[in-house]
Amino acid sequence: MFESLSERFEGIFARLRSRGALSEADVDEVLREIRLALLEADVNFKVVRDLLTRIRERCIGLELSKSLSPGQQVIKTVHEELIGILGGQTLRITYASKPPTVILLAGLQGAGKTTVAGKLGRWFRQAGRQPLLAGADLQRPAAVEQLRVLGAQAGVPVFSQPTDPVAVAVAARAEAERLGRDVLIVDTAGRVTVDADLMDEVRRISEAVRPDYTFLVVDAMIGQESVTTAEAFHATLALDGVILTKLDGDARGGAALSIKEVVGRPVAFASIGEKQEDFDVFHPDRMASRILGMGDVLTLIEKAEQNYDQEVAERAAAALQQGRFTLEDFLEQLQQVKKMGPLQSILGMMPGMPKELKNANIEDSEVARVEAIIRSMTPTERREPDLINGSRRLRIAQGSGTDTKDVNQLLKQFKEMQKMMQPLMAVTGGRVGKGKKKGGRGGGRVTPKGAIAGMRELRKMQAMGGMEGLTGSDGKLDPEALSGLAGAGGPGGLDSIRESLGLPSPGQRGR
Amino acid sequence: MTLVVVVVLLAVFVMVVGGAVLVRSRRYPELEPPDIEAAAEPLLAADHDRLPPPVVTPEEAAAVEAEALGLPEPPPAPGRPRIRDRLGKARGLITGYVGSVLSRSSIDDSSWDDIEEALIRADVGVATTGTLIDNLRQRVKSDSLDTPEQLLSALRDQLKADLAVEDRRLHLAETGTNVWLFVGVNGVGKTTTIGKLGLRRAAEGNRVVMAAGDTFRAAAAEQLQTWAERVGADLVRGAEGGDPGAVVFDAVQRAAARGADLVLADTAGRLHTKVNLMEELRKVHRVAQREPGVVSEVLLVIDATTGQNGLTQAREFAEAVGVTGVVLTKLDGTAKGGIVLAIQAELGIPVKLVGVGEGPEDLIDFDPDEFVDALFAA
Ligand SMILES: Nc1nc2c(ncn2[C@@H]2O[C@H](COP(=O)(O)OP(=O)(O)OP(=O)(O)O)[C@@H](O)[C@H]2O)c(=O)[nH]1
Ligand SMILES: [Mg+2]
Repeated sequence: MFESLSERFEGIFARLRSRGALSEADVDEVLREIRLALLEADVNFKVVRDLLTRIRERCIGLELSKSLSPGQQVIKTVHEELIGILGGQTLRITYASKPPTVILLAGLQGAGKTTVAGKLGRWFRQAGRQPLLAGADLQRPAAVEQLRVLGAQAGVPVFSQPTDPVAVAVAARAEAERLGRDVLIVDTAGRVTVDADLMDEVRRISEAVRPDYTFLVVDAMIGQESVTTAEAFHATLALDGVILTKLDGDARGGAALSIKEVVGRPVAFASIGEKQEDFDVFHPDRMASRILGMGDVLTLIEKAEQNYDQEVAERAAAALQQGRFTLEDFLEQLQQVKKMGPLQSILGMMPGMPKELKNANIEDSEVARVEAIIRSMTPTERREPDLINGSRRLRIAQGSGTDTKDVNQLLKQFKEMQKMMQPLMAVTGGRVGKGKKKGGRGGGRVTPKGAIAGMRELRKMQAMGGMEGLTGSDGKLDPEALSGLAGAGGPGGLDSIRESLGLPSPGQRGR
Repeated sequence: MTLVVVVVLLAVFVMVVGGAVLVRSRRYPELEPPDIEAAAEPLLAADHDRLPPPVVTPEEAAAVEAEALGLPEPPPAPGRPRIRDRLGKARGLITGYVGSVLSRSSIDDSSWDDIEEALIRADVGVATTGTLIDNLRQRVKSDSLDTPEQLLSALRDQLKADLAVEDRRLHLAETGTNVWLFVGVNGVGKTTTIGKLGLRRAAEGNRVVMAAGDTFRAAAAEQLQTWAERVGADLVRGAEGGDPGAVVFDAVQRAAARGADLVLADTAGRLHTKVNLMEELRKVHRVAQREPGVVSEVLLVIDATTGQNGLTQAREFAEAVGVTGVVLTKLDGTAKGGIVLAIQAELGIPVKLVGVGEGPEDLIDFDPDEFVDALFAA
């Protein structure tokens, strides 16, 4: 989401960094740019204005400071202000001492409440709870049927009856108590905030079920009305938080910033895809880093920890240490990476991903094609792709329903990837080789900090022109250039990664 | 956790390089994997007499409402609400700026700030607002306007002129079976709009077939079925998770067989960033074009609350399936729907219909004068 915003800031900051001192005109220029960026990201006009006023005030006050350059001061101030708005604790659910813990979902039409209800059901179930879904949207045709299907998918029972929404909510609460379900999630109909009757209805639902948490479900694509909407629902229901949906698109999601600023309620959960697992707790503090172009590394690592199979991870580490990473390993890793969510959204979390790759729309179905090709190889072929001759190639292409050209391409790319990883593998392998148990904890010298720095280096690599040269005149990714980079010795790229990982450079240095 | 971190780094590589593989493959369209759909197409185009049976499974065919032959009496023509009636209660914001501009004795910097702010808060967007204001400034200068009243009326004229198009009718081809395809991101109001429009067409004495082309979202077909029953339209639906193209194809066949006037084709909501889903949409569009189908409208549904992403949506959908018009929904809320100004300005796609509520009659023809006047109505 926030990519474009961070890109924008980066552009401005790059210019600031390159200038020694900052004139008042510079400050104004920067503020104008920041204003534009925020408005284009759908941050509410009023929020932008207040934010800029605060930044300007602070910048003026800061002029006495000698420790930082004026440019750094502005950056720091903007950063702090954004963190100030978005920041705070990640929302943690405290369960009611007398179950059920009641969750009420409300919002405009089409925001995604019903889908979120299903996802929350799954989420609570995974947290070891026994949720019950209540279908109190009796307005939209087939909304309850939709919830029933989603409930079935999530393995969560659904309660509803064709009476009226308040009665459904009340009965659902009684049902939850009767069945001993400890979490009750109430889905309500979408409503516009100017409809007094419907706003009154949702208030009565709330009064009837006494929710422990009331969440406003907000579409990440919403524009300037995010604030009016949130204020109206907050006045009616006293919100506890926001659930941001459709974050897997390319909307910049300024609503997160706006709503937090105006009603003081954080985004609690984020929905990042149509599948039920595409849903998680939202980390507002991390989002601030993301705005400033630092990527969402923490989420990435967390996801990896949750989804990566420890054994598979160990195998990969071993393969790395032994300096042989085969197509078989690649396939296995791909499998793991896929578990982390849609590839696109993972790419989005990666700092320093070149824009072309981020926007390359890597669909999981295309990954499936790569997979199909590898799966059509024999284990020997996967270990030694050099064996693959013309007839084998044809067999693989036929087996995977692709073209020999596809197979060729994959093999070529994989070779380049191996080359790219060679230096890293050699070093890691060498160190661990000295007496450490294979795959053991603390093997190798790659620390989390180093890894994060390494990822950050990817961005540097881009800034240094490593990635820049990859785009053709049409701004599209140039595949030829990219394969050039993948070959070892891309301009400064791998070297700087190695450097930040504390790894010595093998042979000649890039600079 | 060192291990995991190594693997994360590895994942970076797998993805940077694997991503490169995928990007590369995207650049070579001839590498598209073979699929049944594509394989079937040339055959269809080449020889109509040897048409394979429609791409529907027996279950799908069985699921189709059988008794729909005798259409119920068309409901009476609904009284058309006007934009202004529906928007009155939500217009306070712009009105506030209007008041502020009028409160000054002349046109000064604050007047321009007010106008800019009003437009941006209506989601018109920074770029379009900028152009609009530049044009307006020129006008003020060339026409030597100097009162706030003159400024505001020039603004109105400007907005109306920007929204003006020669033709915003919904088109029907003379021959063939007309298909209007509804597309858009998730939850914007595609299905509801089909329901409302179906009612209107039926009330005008047309026979309408609805195609439940959203085979993905849970209970999407049931939702459309409720609407079909409500408005007395014939519904064609397929198996859940089935091929949406097949559903639309079948609907066209059915409409042709029964001499219906129009197929209203629903599609699953999809984010324009999802390549495979956009590809699927292209396919649905192609299939709908197969004889006797003629896609005479592709309507992009945009939710009035949409911010700047709406422009990207319009661009991508237009690129994929050639959008012929916009349906602006949920204008009964507080949102102003200013993004349609940007869509019109940048892409030249006109708004054709406006949704002003969830009821069957809450659909009106877009009228730029009314839209702009309503924006300023006190
Ligand atoms: N207030 C208001 N609500 C609307 C309008 N049009 C649609 N809705 C509501 O918006 C919600 C979503 O509408 P749908 O028709 O299901 O949207 P869709 O685009 O088909 O959604 P998906 O198929 O899930 O992508 C429903 O609750 C509708 O009743 C409108 O003009 N005004
Ligand atoms: Mg729909």
